[in-house]
Amino acid sequence: MQGEVMCISPDNLLGETARMKVERYRFVTLSCVEISETQVEILYHFDREFQLKHLRLTISKDSSVPSISPVYFAAFLVENEIQDLFGIRFHGLVIDYDRTLYLEEDVKTMPFCKYVAVQKTPESNEEKAP
Amino acid sequence: MTKTIIPFGPQHPVLPEPIHLKLTLEDEVITEAIPAFGFVHRGLEKLVEIRDFHQMIYVVERICGICSMLHAMCYCQGIEEMMGIEVPPRARFLRVIWSELHRMHSHLLWLGLFADSFGFESLFMQFWKIREKILDIDEATTGNRIIVSVNVIGGVRKDLGTEQTSMILSALKDVEKELQWLETTIMSDYTVQKRTVGKGILTGKQAYELGLVGPTLRASGVAQDARMLGYAAFGDINFTPVVETDGDCYARCKVRFREVFQSIDLIRQAIGKLPNGEIAVKVKGRPNGEVVTRVEQPRGEVFYYIKANGTKNLERLRVRTPTFANVPALLTMLPGAWLSDVPVIVLSIDPCISCTER
Repeated sequence: MQGEVMCISPDNLLGETARMKVERYRFVTLSCVEISETQVEILYHFDREFQLKHLRLTISKDSSVPSISPVYFAAFLVENEIQDLFGIRFHGLVIDYDRTLYLEEDVKTMPFCKYVAVQKTPESNEEKAP
Repeated sequence: MTKTIIPFGPQHPVLPEPIHLKLTLEDEVITEAIPAFGFVHRGLEKLVEIRDFHQMIYVVERICGICSMLHAMCYCQGIEEMMGIEVPPRARFLRVIWSELHRMHSHLLWLGLFADSFGFESLFMQFWKIREKILDIDEATTGNRIIVSVNVIGGVRKDLGTEQTSMILSALKDVEKELQWLETTIMSDYTVQKRTVGKGILTGKQAYELGLVGPTLRASGVAQDARMLGYAAFGDINFTPVVETDGDCYARCKVRFREVFQSIDLIRQAIGKLPNGEIAVKVKGRPNGEVVTRVEQPRGEVFYYIKANGTKNLERLRVRTPTFANVPALLTMLPGAWLSDVPVIVLSIDPCISCTER
């Protein structure tokens, strides 16, 4: 992949992000990839004069990740998108849509997680019964 | 003072796409703007699970009609890089020609809509009349007016003969002449200036720190344009990004207007240097690995992250579209603005909601 890739943990995410900002890196976006039934990988992409730098964070699906939106305001949108599509929770978001950026309030599933089975409620089974 | 909350959108006169803004006002001045999406989300990125990497070209072309050619080009570039495919020189130049035609018709569409946003109906019609000539070129050279579908992995599927390149050059001469005729109006007219100068100001520092892209960024004095990377054949032709420094709606309008002339120049250069040879190479094997790639769409830089595992289906396709990067600008520009200026400011980032939601 074009650009330098650095593996990080949730503990040093904010520190590394703040360092990027000091070094005049521009926030590009995040990419979330489901890598197993229990884990996802989040790539933080930054750019400075067309030189890309990526931070790679591997976390379990049920953990909460610190939001980088207090450092890079623009990140709030993509972090909310990941909350909606992958169910990963970010804490400290400057604007938290609470999984309603794209989804309706009553949606509890993670549309972009292929390994998660849709949990049917007893009510939904009753509705389908003849 | 009493606060009023006004729902702006999702359907409103200046933008035929659904975006909702929750505007908090004191008197008629905005104090806070919170956007809401989700009206047209299609989950296109997830289609990689059921469509193979060749079929995904058709999917990404339909993320947005106006930028369709550039979505496909960016995606193909990524797969080509991953598979180590060298695109023939002629195909690289042809990609430049069609991508700049796309930029032209996108900017002309926007210039018309922008004029419409402040009630300048006749200017709106003039821009759209000129845009038809570009769409005619697309139709004559590819068979389609909007979704031209010329990109394949390894090159392009259509070629341009001498007659077609002559027709393009001739049509562009007419377009250039007609645009020059409109230049005085768009650049100097009292109405245009009154509604755009000093509205929605972003400094260069703000624009850079917000991660903005495209004309929205360049109108604030930051000379960043993905074409400077030299992808396709941009490395073989003279290119300098168009930059304005005032950072207001008028500056964003000027950048786009000047970029239409720049696109004419780039197409002329590309046709002048168009090499002979093949237009595509045969693709063997399946992609494996991880790649990021980007191109400059009319609205700004589009960023693709692609992950593949050697099967026919990609593992992940992530698309960061320019409007997605430019939405945070609205949250900075709108507070302090008058309610009557909201349509002009919103339109000044050239929002594309189908891109944003994918």
